[in-house]
Amino acid sequence: MNIVVLVKQVPNTHDVRIDPKTGNLIREGVESIINPEDRHALEAALGIKDRLGAEITALTMGPPQAIEVICEAVATGADRGILLSDKAFAGADTWATSTALGLAIKRIGEFDIILAGRQAIDGDTAQIGPQVAEFLGIPQLTYVRDLEVLEGKITAERVLEDGCERIEAPFPVLLTVLAALNEPRHPTVAGMLRSASERAPIEVWNAADIGAKALDVGFLGSLTQVTRTFTPKEARNTRHLEGSPGSVAAQLIQCLQEQGIRLGE
Amino acid sequence: MAVSIDVDKCNGCGMCSRSCPYLALVIEDKKAKWLEERCTLCGACLESCKFGALTGEMPTREVPDFSDYRDVWVFVEQHDGALHRSAFELIGCARGLADDLGQKVAVAVFGAEVKGQAQDLIRHGADRCIVVEDPGLAYYRTCTYTHVLGEIIRGYKPGILLIAATHLGRDLAPRLARRMGLGLTADCTRLSIDPEEKILLQTRPAFGGNIMATIVSRFSRPQTATVRPGIMKALEPDATRTGEIVVEELDMAECREFTHVLECVLQEKKRADLAAAKIIVAGGRPVCSERGIEVLREFAEAVGAEVACTRVVVEEGFLPVEHQVGQTGQSVRPEVYFACGISGAIQHKAGMDGSRYIVAINKDPDAPIFGVADYAIVGDLFEILPALTRSIKGS
Repeated sequence: MNIVVLVKQVPNTHDVRIDPKTGNLIREGVESIINPEDRHALEAALGIKDRLGAEITALTMGPPQAIEVICEAVATGADRGILLSDKAFAGADTWATSTALGLAIKRIGEFDIILAGRQAIDGDTAQIGPQVAEFLGIPQLTYVRDLEVLEGKITAERVLEDGCERIEAPFPVLLTVLAALNEPRHPTVAGMLRSASERAPIEVWNAADIGAKALDVGFLGSLTQVTRTFTPKEARNTRHLEGSPGSVAAQLIQCLQEQGIRLGE
Repeated sequence: MAVSIDVDKCNGCGMCSRSCPYLALVIEDKKAKWLEERCTLCGACLESCKFGALTGEMPTREVPDFSDYRDVWVFVEQHDGALHRSAFELIGCARGLADDLGQKVAVAVFGAEVKGQAQDLIRHGADRCIVVEDPGLAYYRTCTYTHVLGEIIRGYKPGILLIAATHLGRDLAPRLARRMGLGLTADCTRLSIDPEEKILLQTRPAFGGNIMATIVSRFSRPQTATVRPGIMKALEPDATRTGEIVVEELDMAECREFTHVLECVLQEKKRADLAAAKIIVAGGRPVCSERGIEVLREFAEAVGAEVACTRVVVEEGFLPVEHQVGQTGQSVRPEVYFACGISGAIQHKAGMDGSRYIVAINKDPDAPIFGVADYAIVGDLFEILPALTRSIKGS
């Protein structure tokens, strides 16, 4: 069985701060991590490999330093890692990203399952999984919290807003998974040595390697453009209420009454 | 052919080969050779030849003519024939956009039997309701719905398409966008029309709400966005509104569905209905104790409010996840939002700053929550909330 795991390197957004003068992200000193839900996707692949045997390829697109997440995936147990890196890929929206990932998966060749995290914590779009599935013309199962691999097919439990459903899909299939699916394992020392060795099964592919044209990928291939970024503004006239708890309570009830809101009715 | 080499002028100097990032130009037998399959048409080689041997024309990107795409469309989500509350919010938002453009609001609703909902959608602001009924549409299936919505927009050519950023919408919209070649912006919290260009400005939070980004789709139609539920305002229903109802027949046999639904379990539990609540009493880290939850509940009961909380309260196990407000929880816009012991992380504020009045109670006078508060009370919620509860019960 062949499994492709899509991973993304993201800034740990708990650390993200905005420069108050420029409004830009301060990236210095911000730790880069594997997108948390992608670790669960990798774990799902490793679990299948443990039980049934599988060849796992970890795939990412990003700047040269994104090789770190590929090394981590290989150190954790992936058999092969591929980084798509090229200036031509920069500035991609989800349309252009799914084009590049889809072309790369076609070049990888045979696959039965593609796994990815539900969404990345920097963009929160949750679009890449379904867009790659559509690019490849295969079914998608999103919001997966449980899965079982059977002969030639997979069953998965998907979380709905008001419940859950169990779905059966044939191979090949793409799944986007939730953290509730499993508990990710850590890289092993042997794995880290393997991923750092010269013969590590890690490759870097550029646009020509996947047969992409410059106009299909990156900024040029994107269908959406960011026209402005800004820090959310807060504009309310704050009124401070002071005094003993009883007095503050009375003031607040009075203030809200003046706005036509009567508490307790 | 994009790159051509005049072998009579080429002296095999190799400048073009060195200029190519992709090894698509090689020197063979002292002449340059273009390898089409390696060429990305990036144009890096065009200026490299000093002898005029290499010429080429790179494709450029043009904005197509979209003048026949018009109207603002909403995909209406329904479950078992009941409309999802997001439908009315999205129609309310679409109404404003359509009025700015001088165009109409159209809605698309699919299901086994949904025609009866059309009048309700019109009362809430739709001018036109496109209905597709088929037993196969009773239950949401990715590829079936993608096929039907795709065929509908192919026929009608909307200028804008809005889909709720629910689990269903976030499964459907990217699949549809990829199939139809549409730019797609996820989870928008603000939509408006650019007054000059007349295109849709799609604003959404990124990096966990630390940054807002405004995004446009210049190269495809309809301009498609998913919209975060709980943010946009529904219009008051107007029984005098009229509109057109169109029933479309589609050939469902053309659609390929891969998956089987084995089982669907809907939870019957009483959900915290934060979206519909007029008053919300929300607690942060300090309420993470039995006593804390009790104080919160007593006050909420006294004012007839729903109880909500921040992420940490859910993570610590004091309230179930459906009570969580914020970036990863629900977005709410009640009349009054009591933020009790909530510091005001940007992720939390993203889910509640549309509330009409915000009351913040916090011991820390520098807590960021005071920045969005209408009424600020620096103090201990364990003193303030019981005092409020007593005052309200006493009056």
